[in-house]
Amino acid sequence: MSAGALDRSVRSVVLRQGLSVGVATGAYGVSFGALAVAAGLDVWQAMALSALMFTGGSQFAFVGIVAGGMSAAPAAIAASSMLGIRNGLYALELTQLLGVRGLRRLAAAHLTIDESTAVAMGQRDVRAARLGFWVTGASVYLLWNAMTLVGTLLGNAIGDPRTWGLDAAACAAFTALLWPRLRSREAVGIAAAAAVVAVAVSPTLPPGIPVVVAALTALLAGRAPRRPPT
Amino acid sequence: MSPWSAVLVGSAVAFALKLAGHLVPRALLEGARTRRVTAALPVALLAALVATQAVTGAGGSPVLDARAAAVAVAAVALLLRAPFLLVVVAGAATAAGLRALGWQ
Repeated sequence: MSAGALDRSVRSVVLRQGLSVGVATGAYGVSFGALAVAAGLDVWQAMALSALMFTGGSQFAFVGIVAGGMSAAPAAIAASSMLGIRNGLYALELTQLLGVRGLRRLAAAHLTIDESTAVAMGQRDVRAARLGFWVTGASVYLLWNAMTLVGTLLGNAIGDPRTWGLDAAACAAFTALLWPRLRSREAVGIAAAAAVVAVAVSPTLPPGIPVVVAALTALLAGRAPRRPPT
Repeated sequence: MSPWSAVLVGSAVAFALKLAGHLVPRALLEGARTRRVTAALPVALLAALVATQAVTGAGGSPVLDARAAAVAVAAVALLLRAPFLLVVVAGAATAAGLRALGWQ
């Protein structure tokens, strides 16, 4: 990666990528807002999750679990936290790339999510990667929060979000986030193992915990020797 | 636990996890084995999420319903290199359509 001035055409490509990811991801904030109010949270609590937790997978897991009643709140926090661990892992990669300190580092931490990381990591140039991170992170943040509000307000008007397939929208979105990671046979194996483990333990464990147990299959990657490049 | 305390504690942990990653000294993560595990974690988490949300019902027992069909359609859309938003809309439309036809 070079740190020279960013070419104008590269700049517009990165801006387009970041903004389109922002629009695509922000759109399903509607789904989150609608599910949050259906789960019994009020508009402000749903908005607080989008503004403060700001990590879609964790937010969906959280409201999915508290939908069963507030007695499940500790399990909801455990599940959203386990899912949030991956943001910490992204941060490990991003912190060197972004090279920020102080308040900007706090802002970078808050915007460290799947989408901003993916766009940043997809660039060849360090300046393009930084631009991609900030544009994607900021546009997802603004749209995700705006669309969460729309979802909470429409929530009661549109009735059961399942009628509109909004629960399936979340499944499809996770599938789309998983997809580009399934390039190696090892990744496919880990994904399959995690899916089987999660479904197998679901009947016996509280909601949210099966995902945490299944995450342990990632340890398999530590065992498997990496094949030499051909 | 009140809804507000759950929301705020969950959010505080989420931010702390993000920030922690930005503050960990790089030297701690140099091992090849550690790197392979950290790279595999998102794959395992996302696969487990898709599986539990698509094919488990109330009480966690396995069910095949409109959500599983939606994930299948999403996978086909991804194979055809559809953009993210189209994949999400196709998944939602599949589930909504099947439910409108009376299939849960």
